[in-house]
Amino acid sequence: MSARVLTYREAIKEAIRLEMRRDPTVIVIGEDIAGGAATHLEQQGEDAWGGELGVTKGLVQEFGRSRVLDTPISEAAYIGAAAGAAATGLRPIAELMFVDFFGVCMDQIFNQAGKLRYMFGGKAKVPLVIRTVYGAGARGAAHHSAALYSVFVHMPGLKVVAPSTPANAKGLLMAAIRDDDPVLFFEHLMLFDSSGPVPEGEYVVPLGKAEIPRRGKDATVVAIGRMRWFALQAAEQLAENGIDVEVLDPLTLSPLDEGTILESVKKTHRLIVVDEDNPRCSVAGDIVALVAQKALYYLDAAPQMVTAPHAPVPFSPVLEDAYIPDPAGIVAAIRATLA
Amino acid sequence: MVELPKDQLLWIYERMRLIREFEDRAAYLFAAGKLPGALHLYAGEEAIAVGVCALLTERDHITSTHRGHGHCIAKGLEIRAMMAELYGKASGACKGKGGSMHIADVDRGMLGANGIVGAGGPLACGAGLTAKVNGTDQATACFFGDGAAEQGTMHESMNLASIWKLPVVFVCENNGFAQTTPLRYHCAASRIVDRARGYCMPGLEVDGTDVFAVYAAAADAIARARRGDGPTLLECKAYRYYGHFEGDNLSYYAEDERAGLRGHDPLDRFANRVVRQKLLTRAELAGIDTRAKEMVAEAVEFAERSPYPAPDEVATDVYVSY
Repeated sequence: MSARVLTYREAIKEAIRLEMRRDPTVIVIGEDIAGGAATHLEQQGEDAWGGELGVTKGLVQEFGRSRVLDTPISEAAYIGAAAGAAATGLRPIAELMFVDFFGVCMDQIFNQAGKLRYMFGGKAKVPLVIRTVYGAGARGAAHHSAALYSVFVHMPGLKVVAPSTPANAKGLLMAAIRDDDPVLFFEHLMLFDSSGPVPEGEYVVPLGKAEIPRRGKDATVVAIGRMRWFALQAAEQLAENGIDVEVLDPLTLSPLDEGTILESVKKTHRLIVVDEDNPRCSVAGDIVALVAQKALYYLDAAPQMVTAPHAPVPFSPVLEDAYIPDPAGIVAAIRATLA
Repeated sequence: MVELPKDQLLWIYERMRLIREFEDRAAYLFAAGKLPGALHLYAGEEAIAVGVCALLTERDHITSTHRGHGHCIAKGLEIRAMMAELYGKASGACKGKGGSMHIADVDRGMLGANGIVGAGGPLACGAGLTAKVNGTDQATACFFGDGAAEQGTMHESMNLASIWKLPVVFVCENNGFAQTTPLRYHCAASRIVDRARGYCMPGLEVDGTDVFAVYAAAADAIARARRGDGPTLLECKAYRYYGHFEGDNLSYYAEDERAGLRGHDPLDRFANRVVRQKLLTRAELAGIDTRAKEMVAEAVEFAERSPYPAPDEVATDVYVSY
């Protein structure tokens, strides 16, 4: 399979485009995802906006407005409509512009999309993807920057995916669209312009499988989303001092690839989890609990969590930089397990 | 005045009688301590569910409410499976996982009773969107109460359905109470149907105790939906015979509201009219009454002799794959 360099944004778009070509029941709905309806651009068959971050730009020309639907700013209505459409035969991809907005549509996500199958005794399926943007770093402040995936991991019936590279973003999204359960697909705001090799054509990365971007023997750093890159930087720094760090990226947070995490910890005997989400009831805490239950006696040191503080995301650049876990903090945490 | 063929009249009466019989029996079983959980009974509102669903096929969809038994029966669900679900049995419509407030049958277009007030609106839009994208003439009826009319989801859904011209009929079942709070305390307007104008859709106020009136209004609305002309809002006024839930002593009903219950029974009104107009005979109706009693009794027997789910079913059916 040949690969070329794409951005994270382009890789996500490619996954959507290929799946829409393959399956006529795949539709995309969300705020401004075509944008510019009834303007001069529409008369020319173009979209004006193509989504808040331009991911869906160009889709309306190929697939038309019956499959690329701009919505009003009514998240409850259109996320719920996506769930209803999924339960009746479509495979909608709904875009929730920022995950911070889940507060206005959460009932439709967790009480409807996430529970229909169970409440109906297994006699329904909801093949829905909710793409959403998360992550601090753009000075977006407290309503446009949080991570929040742990909230959805907590909820049965939902799957949660957090891609970290253009390639895994494409492959995981193709898998998510084909999946018969509702999937929350978390795209990190600060990764949209990152680039990397992406296989052409059909490329499916199965849900529930972790990646190990760096092999090592001295400590396991489990790092989610953008934190993978910070963990790799920390590992490079420590490599200069002869410390050999393994970096593990879960990619899918629900279901979690417990086996790969446990196997790694049993090899390295040290665990550090790097998670941009708030620390209480978090994925980081969950992974530490997992290792404590299933691999405690393999550990040579107390596990470390490097997370955001128990605070909303602040605005001031100085404060926001202090909020986000950074490579220096990861280095310190790894060293603490080796002390 | 709508004229219906005899087989349709018989079907309408049979469904309304089955609902009444089912609900009366459920109330009795609940009082006897046989049914776990909570029950919200539909008796008194039968003409709405049946008048609307008489125009729908299995391919059409409905969304329902916490007071959903009537919608289920009107949409053709098996009452044996419904009753077993009330008992929490493995043979229930949802294998005992849903209970009264979540009875569903997606294969028959019934997208579930719902424990969240107002949650059906967005789901109904989704079913309508599926029909629109697939280019079919399927219609969706969204049943919701006067309490749900105050939820943001219903406002958002009516707007969304209107701008996308979705084939949805919004059927507001106005029984005058949001749980126990009367309309004048929970709604700024005296008429919910007036909101239709704000969402640029037709709106019609209907006597929800007259199945012929409901049928006539729904016929226009569903035809409009099937034509691709978009949604309609129907406000159907009716009376809730039982309380919000079973065990509710109706202490919040004023005397004049209790008086309102008399003379508006949808089954009596139907029977009086069809007999007066010589469309059906008392004997035909009595035959249906007897048959409904037998069916409900049989459903109770089925439910009682059915096993409970195995405890290890507790975490199955959460995902298709995980």
